[in-house]
Amino acid sequence: MPSITFIHHDDHAETVSANDGDSVMYTALLHGIDGITGECGGGAVCATCHVYVDDNWLGKVGVVGADEDELLEGVASDRLPNSRLSCQIKITEALDGLVLRLPERQL
Amino acid sequence: MVATVTMASPHTPPVLSFGGALPNDLSSQPVVHLDVDPFAMDFFADPHPTHEVLREAGPVVYLDKWNVYAVARYAEVHAVLNDPATFCSSRGVGLSDFAREKPWRPPSLILEADPPAHTRTRAVLNKVLSPAVMKQLRDGFAAAADAKVDELLERRSFDAVADLAEAYPLSVFPDAMGLQKEGRENLLPYAGLVFNAFGPPNQLRQDAIERSAPHQAYVAAQCQRDNLAPGGFGACIHARVDTGDITADEAPLLVRSLLSAGLDTTVNGIGAAVYCLARYPEEFARLRSDLSLARNAFEEAVRFESPVQTFFRTTTRDVEISGCHVGEGEKVLMFLAAANRDPRRWADPERYDITRKTSGHVGFGSGIHMCVGQLVARLEGEVMLSALARKVASIEITGDVKRRFNNTLRGLESLPVTFTPA
Repeated sequence: MPSITFIHHDDHAETVSANDGDSVMYTALLHGIDGITGECGGGAVCATCHVYVDDNWLGKVGVVGADEDELLEGVASDRLPNSRLSCQIKITEALDGLVLRLPERQL
Repeated sequence: MVATVTMASPHTPPVLSFGGALPNDLSSQPVVHLDVDPFAMDFFADPHPTHEVLREAGPVVYLDKWNVYAVARYAEVHAVLNDPATFCSSRGVGLSDFAREKPWRPPSLILEADPPAHTRTRAVLNKVLSPAVMKQLRDGFAAAADAKVDELLERRSFDAVADLAEAYPLSVFPDAMGLQKEGRENLLPYAGLVFNAFGPPNQLRQDAIERSAPHQAYVAAQCQRDNLAPGGFGACIHARVDTGDITADEAPLLVRSLLSAGLDTTVNGIGAAVYCLARYPEEFARLRSDLSLARNAFEEAVRFESPVQTFFRTTTRDVEISGCHVGEGEKVLMFLAAANRDPRRWADPERYDITRKTSGHVGFGSGIHMCVGQLVARLEGEVMLSALARKVASIEITGDVKRRFNNTLRGLESLPVTFTPA
């Protein structure tokens, strides 16, 4: 099972194990990671599962889709070049060790 | 306290399977038949005990009264919502099967549509109601909520349905749509009609349709481009004709979708939240001590009361739902409200808990048809609950609470309250 590390805005880190095929957002909710809201439950509507992907992993998490790109314009914290919506990142073995930083706010 | 989130694990056996089972297949479980009418007045008066009966009878039940299959447990409701290829919307999301009966109005291009047609219209409404658009609306909606609560504090005692749950959305949503001032009194009756029409041909539905002509005429006129003010949701939809995303014929019907589903739903959502905060003063006290809970307090009210109680789908093929066979062309009724209180999914489901992790509730649906206006609803709910928490010390129910009856919507007709200022 791939492990995913979430680094909160206050720098404390939580590492959880994830199931292949789940989204990162779903994994975060399953493990009660506070910095992910996921209001719409993964429907790509709400932009409340925003994460910053660690630079070392940017090339491995896929590209931002057109709908996601538009949603990222509405995130509550700053949109940065490494911003993603975690509902749009699907977990594979290749993402074992993935590091994500959480924004200050989702709303 | 550590919150535990129970979620359907992808490694449990699948809820849905295809192809193998036929009606006489010994491997499929018998479907329990129930003598329950979920569109009857006595059911509406207190649906929760019957919801429990529906959940506990089996993963799928059959309601003889209306000849429909039904699902009331969270896992099955969620599975049906998330498999639009098997459980389609284009044959109507009410009891009426559009393949057999003429719809009472031209079908919705989004609610009553399947991919790929749905994908295109949904993308347009997603953009019109996006998080970025909500950022622009927020300050105005918040100021209107503050002003409404200030006005109600002057009066102290009033009806929280007409004067708050209806009055606040009516003070922001029609302007956000870009509607003309005249004729807005048609909006709530039209929405009530739409949601009654999803139900069976009972008195509620027949009365609503009989009285519908003036409301339909009003809505049809307001959907036209010339009647919609620049900058509003309506004009933004019509602007997508110019970019080639939709045709000029489609735009008015997409405006109609927002007029159908954008007002009565938030009225009942805000009404549910105020009713919860009035009944559970300890939760209102928690909200007052931490204003950041306002948005979740609204979300939990949507889970707890489920303003939209039910929707139907129609099967496009033989399917097994948790071992129960359902044939092609069958209506399947989803009890969203029962799923939102399923103890298999929710700890202490009968409790209104404003700190609950609510993500995954199906009060706004789930999957590709999940409420396209959910961000507008949450914005209205959050800013209203925030205004109440800052300005009001207590909400006391001071008269008879009367329920409003509708085939799909759950809400109140009257909620007499007295506010004590903070």
